[in-house]
Amino acid sequence: MNIIVCVKHVPETAEAEIEIDSTGTAIKKTGLVFDINEWDDYALEEAVLLKEKLGGTVTAITMGSEDSDAVLRKCLARGADDAIRLTDPQFEGSDGYAIAKILSRVIKNLPFNLVLTGAQASDDGYATVGPTLATLLGIPHATMVKKIEFNDGVAQVNRELEGGLEEIVEVPLPAVLAVQTGINEPRYVSIMGTRKALKKEIKTLGLVDVGLSENEVGEAGSWAKIEKMYVPPVEKQADFLSGSPEEMAAKIAEILKTKGLI
Amino acid sequence: MTEIFVLAEHRQGQIRDITFEMLSKGRELTGQTNTELTAVLLGKDVKTHANSLQDYAKTVLLVEDPKLENFNADAYHKVLSSLVKEHKPLLTLIGHTSFGVDLAPSLAVSMNTPLATDCIDLEFKGETLTVTRQMYGGKVNVKATLRKAEGYIATVRQATFPPEKKAPVNGKIVEVPSILSEEVTKKRFIKYVLPPPGGVDISAAEVLIGIGRGIKDGSNIPPVEGLAKTLGGALACSRPIVDKGWLPNDRQVGSSGKTVKPKLYLALGISGAFQHVLGMKTSDLIIAVNKDPKAPIFGVADYGIVEDLFKIVPALESKIRELKGK
Repeated sequence: MNIIVCVKHVPETAEAEIEIDSTGTAIKKTGLVFDINEWDDYALEEAVLLKEKLGGTVTAITMGSEDSDAVLRKCLARGADDAIRLTDPQFEGSDGYAIAKILSRVIKNLPFNLVLTGAQASDDGYATVGPTLATLLGIPHATMVKKIEFNDGVAQVNRELEGGLEEIVEVPLPAVLAVQTGINEPRYVSIMGTRKALKKEIKTLGLVDVGLSENEVGEAGSWAKIEKMYVPPVEKQADFLSGSPEEMAAKIAEILKTKGLI
Repeated sequence: MTEIFVLAEHRQGQIRDITFEMLSKGRELTGQTNTELTAVLLGKDVKTHANSLQDYAKTVLLVEDPKLENFNADAYHKVLSSLVKEHKPLLTLIGHTSFGVDLAPSLAVSMNTPLATDCIDLEFKGETLTVTRQMYGGKVNVKATLRKAEGYIATVRQATFPPEKKAPVNGKIVEVPSILSEEVTKKRFIKYVLPPPGGVDISAAEVLIGIGRGIKDGSNIPPVEGLAKTLGGALACSRPIVDKGWLPNDRQVGSSGKTVKPKLYLALGISGAFQHVLGMKTSDLIIAVNKDPKAPIFGVADYGIVEDLFKIVPALESKIRELKGK
């Protein structure tokens, strides 16, 4: 089973305070810690688990500047065999559609049975790259994947629906599966693995290499263009309690008592 | 006249809420664009659904086929794209649901139609479609314009628009023969899998302590569980806690978990992503503890504490014991 896994280097913002930069269309990146997109982390782990079970290779692909090599090194350390970084100044401003176009140009020339992506990215949250890529490659897909099994060249996958429900669908290979978080337990990287990964080559490809023109990528080749970014208006705001932890705890206890909850 | 399409979403015999939410927004957009509202209903034996949609849309396009009984992105794609080709709607609205995210991107690519996903608002100015979306887990909003085109596709976030009240439109039902041939679609629906019943029913609890990413490690859960016990409540959580295997999935609150409405929801280290908020926002009393003063959870909480949860938990535990002791 030859697997391609598409990963993205994103800032970790779940617990960080973020600010909008001077362009008004992006956030300030300085001071933020970057890592593999959480969904892609599970896709990577699934790729490596499948390789360990069925043999074959795992190729990790990302799009981005040299900083993104960090995420590819992580993939190599975790068990990927090869790594490709797609990079070109013209790629900047690409939305999920343009990214899928660029990826499709590279992937169609690689031997593969399965492409894994995260179901979405934590930064832009488009949730489009996997199924868009599949359509451009002319192969089937499934999104929100929580379990993958194979049977005679057909993937049987569980898709997460709302309210805890799942559905099982069959998807013939080759296919693109967009993985939901929680499908597995991503492993930690061993120091040995990290060291070995540093020695591996990361292949880079640009606009000309992928055979696209300037107006097919970046903002020009995208479906949508961000005009403005802003902090969401606050409709309602909590009453903030103040004081030391003990004082605030006392205030909560008082509120609970008043409401008859203690 | 040009139309705005709303793809009706239904599952296991029920029209899903998102359908009425989209009809509501769709109606508003028909006013901005001098278009008519059309509901598109694909399924098997869904005439009763078509009858209920008549109260909301001017036209109900109904395609019935045994192959459309359960949602299948391949089959839906084939049927919907033929309807779009014929009617050339200005906009097709699809839910940003598990079904919608499986369908919309491939439909957009094959129709060469710009797509905006997970929209929380949409507005036409002249022929330009501007959408509002969220990025970075809801910490910022963006306004984005779509590339100019004859038609657009957008997926719409659940529980964002108020569901449409019935309108005296008395729409007409237009039955369209299915174009699906005997050939089997690439993808095949097998069955639904119901979640196994869990030991604790959090949707019945009067007091819930919800834990999120801020808990940092599974080993930090027992003290919080102790606090839940002292309060006579149960432990619930946001998605990352289940993903990491620290709590079973029947404890998950949110759009992919359970909806709860306890008398008290104490959110510890939960940032308040919209998926989680959807499952707990109607709780009687919400108290949130988070280190980030800008965390979206404070937008739904009645009381907020900007502090390390590990300092609040023991302090609160001893305060409550003290009060109970009296």
